[in-house]
Amino acid sequence: MSSEIVFELNGEQTKLAVSPTRRVIDLLREDLKLTGSKEGCGTGECGACSILVDGELRLACLMVAGQLAGHRLTTIEGLAESPLGARVQKSFAEAGAVQCGYCTPGMEVAAVDLLSRQPDPSRDEVRAALSGNLCRCTGYVKIVDAVCQAAGALDATEDTAR
Amino acid sequence: MTETTKALAVGASETRADAKAKAQGREPYAADNYPDGLLWAGAVRPGALQGVAHARLLGIDTAAAAALPGVVKILTAADVPGTNRQGIIHKDMPVLVGDKLRYAGDPVALVIAESPEVLRQAIRLVVVRLEALPTVCDPVAALADGAARVHDERADNLLAAAEIRLGEGAQRLDHCDVVVSGSFATPVQAHGFIETENGVACRAVDGSLTMTISTQAPFRDRMEIAHALGLSFDKIRIIAPCLGGGFGGKDGATVQCLLALAALHSEQRPVKMLWDREENLLAGYRRHSCRVDYRLGASRDGTLEAVHCRLVYDTGAYAHLGGEVMALGMEHAGGPYRIPHVLIEGQCVYTNNPVAGAMRAFGVCQVSFPFEAMVDELARELGVDPLALRRKNALLPGDTNCAGVTVAESTGIADCLDLVAGHPLWLERAAWKAAAPSGSRRGVGLAAVFNAAGYGAKVRDAAIAKVELTCDGLIVVHNAVADMGQGNAAAFVQIAGHVLQQDAARVSVRQPDTASAYPSGSSSAGRTTFTFGNALIVACEQLKARLINRAGLLLFVDDDSTLELVPGKIVHRASAREVSLARLVGFLRDEERSCLGEYVAPLCPDPGTGKGFFIGFPHVVFAYGAHLARIEVDLATGQIRVVDYLAVTDGGQVINPAMFDQQVHGGVAQGLGYALMEDLATRDGQVLAGDFSRYLIPGALDLPEIVSVACAGDEARGPFGMKGVGEVAMNGPLPAVANALADGCGIHLRDAPLTPERVLLALEKLAEEAPQ
Repeated sequence: MSSEIVFELNGEQTKLAVSPTRRVIDLLREDLKLTGSKEGCGTGECGACSILVDGELRLACLMVAGQLAGHRLTTIEGLAESPLGARVQKSFAEAGAVQCGYCTPGMEVAAVDLLSRQPDPSRDEVRAALSGNLCRCTGYVKIVDAVCQAAGALDATEDTAR
Repeated sequence: MTETTKALAVGASETRADAKAKAQGREPYAADNYPDGLLWAGAVRPGALQGVAHARLLGIDTAAAAALPGVVKILTAADVPGTNRQGIIHKDMPVLVGDKLRYAGDPVALVIAESPEVLRQAIRLVVVRLEALPTVCDPVAALADGAARVHDERADNLLAAAEIRLGEGAQRLDHCDVVVSGSFATPVQAHGFIETENGVACRAVDGSLTMTISTQAPFRDRMEIAHALGLSFDKIRIIAPCLGGGFGGKDGATVQCLLALAALHSEQRPVKMLWDREENLLAGYRRHSCRVDYRLGASRDGTLEAVHCRLVYDTGAYAHLGGEVMALGMEHAGGPYRIPHVLIEGQCVYTNNPVAGAMRAFGVCQVSFPFEAMVDELARELGVDPLALRRKNALLPGDTNCAGVTVAESTGIADCLDLVAGHPLWLERAAWKAAAPSGSRRGVGLAAVFNAAGYGAKVRDAAIAKVELTCDGLIVVHNAVADMGQGNAAAFVQIAGHVLQQDAARVSVRQPDTASAYPSGSSSAGRTTFTFGNALIVACEQLKARLINRAGLLLFVDDDSTLELVPGKIVHRASAREVSLARLVGFLRDEERSCLGEYVAPLCPDPGTGKGFFIGFPHVVFAYGAHLARIEVDLATGQIRVVDYLAVTDGGQVINPAMFDQQVHGGVAQGLGYALMEDLATRDGQVLAGDFSRYLIPGALDLPEIVSVACAGDEARGPFGMKGVGEVAMNGPLPAVANALADGCGIHLRDAPLTPERVLLALEKLAEEAPQ
């Protein structure tokens, strides 16, 4: 029951024989071994599987392979190909936004989605944009720092030191 | 090699060694393992499907499921070769149930299939005949005569009972000027790690098992599996990559024994088990709920004199670490205060609820709520400042704590409180409260908390660290205690870099593998960095001395003190000569390239005044914290918004300030979830939430800008003076928010979490009681 699906994956034209109803998260992790996207709930609540489809934030656990046909998919593995994505990854590491790291790829994808629409967000705007991504380790302070740092909006260390 | 050649330094906010790979999505977790030829294993848990939590198992019909194409095998209790019992201390939990279900998540069969889709279908097709038995789901009712017994072979449902008595005990309360009392209930909390329980196992032709598991205790896992399945533990190799969160929930068997059993029947093919969120919330461990009756007495001048506390912890269907969780709660039940007369009575009870186990703060956040709510109530009764009352009674070095243990050094609760007292969030509270928007009230609450570190008495808290100079002249730390996200592995890189004076690019870590590392206990109890870090210092000092000595041979220098390790080499400054580590390693035999360091953490020399404790009581090292919450309550909805949160923490010296703050932020966040929204409720033993839409954990909009302040201290026994801070922050938020609620609204909630419904009901009741 597989059919041929053509889409752009992290900048490369990709042709796959896959069941059109296969979840994108399974396609990525299991079939393509792109395991940077994580699954934390399978029901769209945790955001760990966040991806960009045509540059917009989507959840790989709520999409099926057929929906990718003709579209442009960016995963955490391809995020650094844009200067913004590379900056977000760097600032997450440097701002201390990474603990267990399991929410990190999805969080960064959501951050890139935000910053591509709003390059200079307030901390509240960052929190709102990340509210679909659950993190159990950080308490979000340093994640917000990282996003603001990536945006160049403010100096993260000054802000948390108060 | 790299542009940065500055040696790593303890005390600096070095970027975590794992941060880059994790930020790029490259860190391999157990769940990322999809080897070729993979089979899938899953458990049949009929209690949840049939809505029963306690039932006699009458029969299992696997014919329909076995006939499904793609089903490889279906196993039942009869196929378990060993004792079929798992459990860290009490071996009371079957791998597969053969006689009766004791909770809704008990597994009766294990299905192995070619794909997850077939697996899910087959699990539904296994027909399980059950005869429902009377359930006992209330821990207090479970103690009554004639209550249904969870374990038929036991006389009753009491897993453990213990007592701490100091001075005149509770009798002293009759002579106190002021006595306050309250009955409290704390909820069940889910760990909520984002990577659910999982692993992959493969059996080799020689019968050995290799397993990659998301686990906090790879070495103990070998024992558990060997015992349960009748295998030789040296035939079991456990690899423990970075965990996608643990918080205690991956300390103890989750997938381990089931997965090993599946591997025995998978004919050398790798087999994977991955619990989905629903299975995690049903069959994963959780925090014990607790009922507390509390009385606290003081003299008119505000000197605490006596405490009486009764605790009942619900461990669910199996013991796990229930008795030890209770013990730690009891040890902290008097708060970080000097109280001469103490009676603390604890019970831990079996019920037909899902299994409770280890979770960050391990029994302590259940008691920090009552002791801190009671201290505030006492302050109101006495008409004194709640911070001053805490400060007056705060434990000082040389005092005896509520467990009867004299605390010697590194007891910083008074200093923590002083830092809160001088903080603008406290000093400016009156003006802030007065500026509450209409329709809301503002309140400010405090909590003084503490949390023991280490396994406690009668449990050997030891580690063996290995550090290696590779053939390329680089340093590898062989970590033996899993990194569940707290960053212990990064701390080990930092420690090794500091001692061996190497830069970040020259030091790496190999995550735990029982084939290459040495038994060093679990990643838990605030002992991970403390115990392994101390062992690692020993190993690194040895390696450093060896390398310098060998360099001396090469450079014809006979005074080791004139040779200096610097990134990538050893230099002799006087003669301007040097030898690179890459070259030096060529002069070492393979076995000389590694050094082992061993360390055993100190046990409490003072036995305390407890009786009935099995292990884990008492402790000798404690982290302390003073917390402040400023909240705004919406009077129309009852919603509490935590506007500001300050956590001052005495964790001794700080190895990495950024990682210290990470732990405090995370503990506060989990604690605020516990305070405001988290309640993994059950009805008749059935879990009501199957996903994150019904079990809520805090998102970015639910939490304030948490402020973490380190209180300078020094724990002489810790590596570089540190103490574990992973747990203490969990204990502050519930009492701080509850006290802020009392401060702002005059309501005293005793049942957590402090949901809008409970707040509204209490506000209505208060309005009704108010004089017309």
